[in-house]
Amino acid sequence: MHAPVRPSPFAPGERPKIQLMATCLCDAFYDDVARATVEVLEHLGVEVEFPEGQTCCGQPAFNGGDWPASRKVVRHTLRTFAGTAPVLLPSGSCAAMLRHGALLEFEKESDLPEVKALAARTWEFADFVVNALGVKTWPGRYDATIAFHRNCHNRGTGSEAASLALLNSIAGAKVVPFGEQEQCCGFGGTFSVAFPHVSSSMGTLKLDHIRAAQPDVLVSGDMSCLMHMGGLAQKAGQPIKTQHIAQVMRDALRNGGLLR
Amino acid sequence: MAKQLIDQAAATLPADKRVSVYQSTKATHEKRTKLLFDQFNDPDLLRQRAGEIKQHVIENLDTLLPAVEAKLKANGAQVHWASTGEAACEAVLRIMQAHGAKKMVKAKTMVSEEIELAHYLEKHGIEALETDLGEFIVQIDKDHPSHIVRPIIHKNRREIATSFEREGLGAYNDDPETITRRARQFLRHKYLEADVGLTGANFVSVESGRIVLVTNEGNSRFSLAAPKVHIALVGIEKLVPRDRDLGVLLNLLARSATAQQLTVYTEFISGPKGATQPDGPEEMHVIFVDNGRTEVLASDCREILRCIRCGACLNVCPVYRQASGHAYRSVYPGPVGAVLSPLLAGKKFPELADLPKASSLCGACNEVCPVNIPIPDLLLRLREKGKREGAPLASVGTPPMGAWALMASQPTAWKAALFGGKALNYLPTKLIPVPALRAWEEKRALPAWRGGEFRKWMKQRRKS
Ligand code: SF4
Repeated sequence: MHAPVRPSPFAPGERPKIQLMATCLCDAFYDDVARATVEVLEHLGVEVEFPEGQTCCGQPAFNGGDWPASRKVVRHTLRTFAGTAPVLLPSGSCAAMLRHGALLEFEKESDLPEVKALAARTWEFADFVVNALGVKTWPGRYDATIAFHRNCHNRGTGSEAASLALLNSIAGAKVVPFGEQEQCCGFGGTFSVAFPHVSSSMGTLKLDHIRAAQPDVLVSGDMSCLMHMGGLAQKAGQPIKTQHIAQVMRDALRNGGLLR
Repeated sequence: MAKQLIDQAAATLPADKRVSVYQSTKATHEKRTKLLFDQFNDPDLLRQRAGEIKQHVIENLDTLLPAVEAKLKANGAQVHWASTGEAACEAVLRIMQAHGAKKMVKAKTMVSEEIELAHYLEKHGIEALETDLGEFIVQIDKDHPSHIVRPIIHKNRREIATSFEREGLGAYNDDPETITRRARQFLRHKYLEADVGLTGANFVSVESGRIVLVTNEGNSRFSLAAPKVHIALVGIEKLVPRDRDLGVLLNLLARSATAQQLTVYTEFISGPKGATQPDGPEEMHVIFVDNGRTEVLASDCREILRCIRCGACLNVCPVYRQASGHAYRSVYPGPVGAVLSPLLAGKKFPELADLPKASSLCGACNEVCPVNIPIPDLLLRLREKGKREGAPLASVGTPPMGAWALMASQPTAWKAALFGGKALNYLPTKLIPVPALRAWEEKRALPAWRGGEFRKWMKQRRKS
């Protein structure tokens, strides 16, 4: 597991600048999550660069066992996100791919040092806001009961504590606990299509626990988990509202009149 | 689309079995977590230390094994080496034959399951009776264990009562206490009849040559108290360098396995009975079993040899909870089995190449493992091996990635696909050309396709 909390990459007084990797899910389905990420970061004075050539982190093929295919995509990402600026992803899972998974599949490759350097400057959204920018509380207002799903790829990283600190600090927001919170939602990338029965049973169990806590909204730092749970709930005819943590933070700013 | 075997097994597992596996694994997992975090300031640090001890062992087997052999011999035990399961079975048989022995009592040992010892001995006219209650029930039912610590997690007491009735152990009675008492009565008398007692070993200390056994039923104690000969069947990775390492490992083992501070019995066996001791086995044999372990050691998945067989990874695993143990078609189920079984299979790896796929890679197993094995990383390595070696079972249900990788490394093609993907919104599910998407849509709704929308917005924002 990677180191839990890293120091800020910015010198005091330096204007933070990042490269945004929107992730393929936001590129294809969840444009509003990527928008919210940009709005929150710009509200915090971060300069956001969006490299146009970006595609995907390479995780589907990595998890699928096709490491040559995955390395091809990671190499493309290396080229696209050149430089030294931190790379920020609104997804714990894609961040973990670049921070940890890529190191595994490049173990015997000659460009391992570059992959390591990219890993060192890759950040998940909430981890970045709290630990790189030093933001500990969130302003504005968000009147809702929140069930927070800690996505599995954030195990052992700084992201879980960071997400909870931010959500808990928002006026009007109430984070409620639910059963077996540490359990996976059942998505697992290609696992969800190769093991549809186990995957959907895991998701259904998760949804039962979440519903029992009667939240207004299910929040996570990963659209893949939310796509899975949201999709299951909808298919079952009992849709639930889902939001990425960046959307919650953006909406809190809006509700508080803090965003143009 | 073809189905993954473990997914199929889970889908057809009777609901009552699934519920009982789920409830008991969940309860043990929750107690385990509470106990560890209540009693230690930093259980994760302890897990890390334990992992380092075992990692040291597997990296130094070349010197530790000769050292423990010398110590065991000095303690009066005889040491045998078995490179395969068959060789181990033969070694046991030779010892039995040398004593003209016909009856064996067995304590619970996973390695004997692995080498199918009881079956082998039976073929050679030897009765090998399981004395652990769970294993005993598995044996009379001609079944297989479904959990490495609780072999009959898949059975309820009504089934057990029926089996006991069938075996002539008394009229139908499904009261757990009655069942236990009947088994005890039956077994007591078997211990006295047996010529040889066989156990495994949870640990062997290189420093003292002590064999450590943990049980809750005391059956291993009986197994080696009454018979004149004691055989310990030991995987070569079971060593600890020093007695004091046991402080770390025993503290973690019982808590991780059964949420106990310590098992009811912890035995330290330092050799056969001494000249001044009235009871105990007159001969002690230790058989070290390789059976594929040195090949695992040579692979990039060697960390799995740290495993102390606590079963915590099974208990927390959401896939194991849905599928139960038999779905894994091997002696070691769950996350540890998904790594270890295909590796121990050697040339038969392709037959179990689907096991490493049966995981959402959620990492819960790594989080609970008392020796901190990075199980998800090892599963990924084995997925890569399965793919590289073209094992058909490894790719069932996983869409091919070649075309995707090509697209995802060419921005122009990627963008075209993003904007083109809109077509998905208007197609009914069964017309979607990608099988993976169809499998998704059987169980879940797909969100609306909004490919390229963010990029447009971002461009607009930069202009203003
Ligand atoms: S892999 Fe770890 S958690 Fe699983 S049985 Fe072995 S020691 Fe226990």
